[in-house]
Amino acid sequence: MIEINLILIFMIAAAIIAVHVKDLLSSVIAIGAAGIGLSIAFLLLKAPDLAIMQLVVEILSLIILVRGTIRKDIPFSTSGRWVFNTVSTLSFVIVFLTVAYFSLKNLPQFGNAMMKVSSAYLPKGVPEEARNVISDITLNFRSYDTLGEATVLFAAIIGVLAIARGIGHKKDIKG
Amino acid sequence: MITYILCLVLFSIGLYCVLRKRNIIKIIIGIGILEYAVNLFFILVGYRTQARSPISATDQLIGHMVDPLPQAVVLTSIVIGLSATLVLIAMGIRIYERYGTFDITKINKLKG
Amino acid sequence: MERRSNRGMTFLVKTVTRLTLGFILLYGIYITFCGHVSPGGGFAGGVIVALSFIHIMLAFGKEVALKRLRAYVLRLSISLGALAFLYIIMLNFTGWCIPLNLFFSKTVPCSIFNNETTIPFCEMIVVGGGLFAIFVALVLVSKGDRDSE
Repeated sequence: MIEINLILIFMIAAAIIAVHVKDLLSSVIAIGAAGIGLSIAFLLLKAPDLAIMQLVVEILSLIILVRGTIRKDIPFSTSGRWVFNTVSTLSFVIVFLTVAYFSLKNLPQFGNAMMKVSSAYLPKGVPEEARNVISDITLNFRSYDTLGEATVLFAAIIGVLAIARGIGHKKDIKG
Repeated sequence: MITYILCLVLFSIGLYCVLRKRNIIKIIIGIGILEYAVNLFFILVGYRTQARSPISATDQLIGHMVDPLPQAVVLTSIVIGLSATLVLIAMGIRIYERYGTFDITKINKLKG
Repeated sequence: MERRSNRGMTFLVKTVTRLTLGFILLYGIYITFCGHVSPGGGFAGGVIVALSFIHIMLAFGKEVALKRLRAYVLRLSISLGALAFLYIIMLNFTGWCIPLNLFFSKTVPCSIFNNETTIPFCEMIVVGGGLFAIFVALVLVSKGDRDSE
């Protein structure tokens, strides 16, 4: 599976560019490149549902991120406790990677999943007509999960409308 | 094995971005990178070589497919990530209008 | 009328938008209703529908987009979609018509309330209306503040 490694290396490069570039608009475009790479990776990993979903969601969040950052490209200073911040963050990342490496040995090798839960929950044969198994899962026995998804989306809508309304914000705090 | 390690490297890049950067937009981007890495790790664990995608045709067993259950979980996770990103961007725009900067060390007025 | 207004992008973008708008909307509806056979689903179709309205808004400016989909229609569609969604989920408790599981035999008394059609449709309405409302709110917020300053 060399293609998935190449796609992952591309995504890592795009993420490093997105983290380290100075310009905010270039950073947003780089994170869009990483999202498109993730969509291609989903397509290679035999998950076409997630590829469609990731592509569409990436376009929407890219538009809104560009709207949030356009014409606000201010110069940014990085002074103040540079050594302490960098050393503490890097030590945290190194500890995380060490623990993750030891826990990876308990996982099955890449390419042969165990499918314990799936073989217990799903029937051995598929229904008569041709259909999408993921849509079957999300609409039948995880249907309340779909309801929770709609609830989270409603919470986000109410939150954004409450944050973005103009009433109740006084400008006297700036002084 | 090398694929898992590359995915973890992507995760640690996002972790570094969230912990180290002081720009709000950069922090939102770091949260996005974390989300990509976690979603990809779920799908990588459920992958099987020489398997087909879970769109079932007739006379097709479930044992010949990729594990469909992590994909149904990640489908919900993407939606929640989008909602969280939208709320974070709205809060970032409000903070910029209030304080005139994206720097989190300059935001020190707690009242209001 | 839309051609004469000077708001928005150039003439080329407006023409291409006018040609491709219906196809994008139709593709979103197709992805919603064929979600149980082919890849796709309610959420992806809803996001595509929202993206088609955002497309109008980016190309023509916000007056044309808000005239084509007014604010009270937006609020009404979100609320009605949410209520229908909740109602269909609550029908599961009574065991009326929706099969709860893959293993059960599907005995559907009233075949209008079929799971594979109604839940993606309600989800499409909710997601499309909601994401377009979020985009409109995020565009309008700093406009008003900039005018007031």
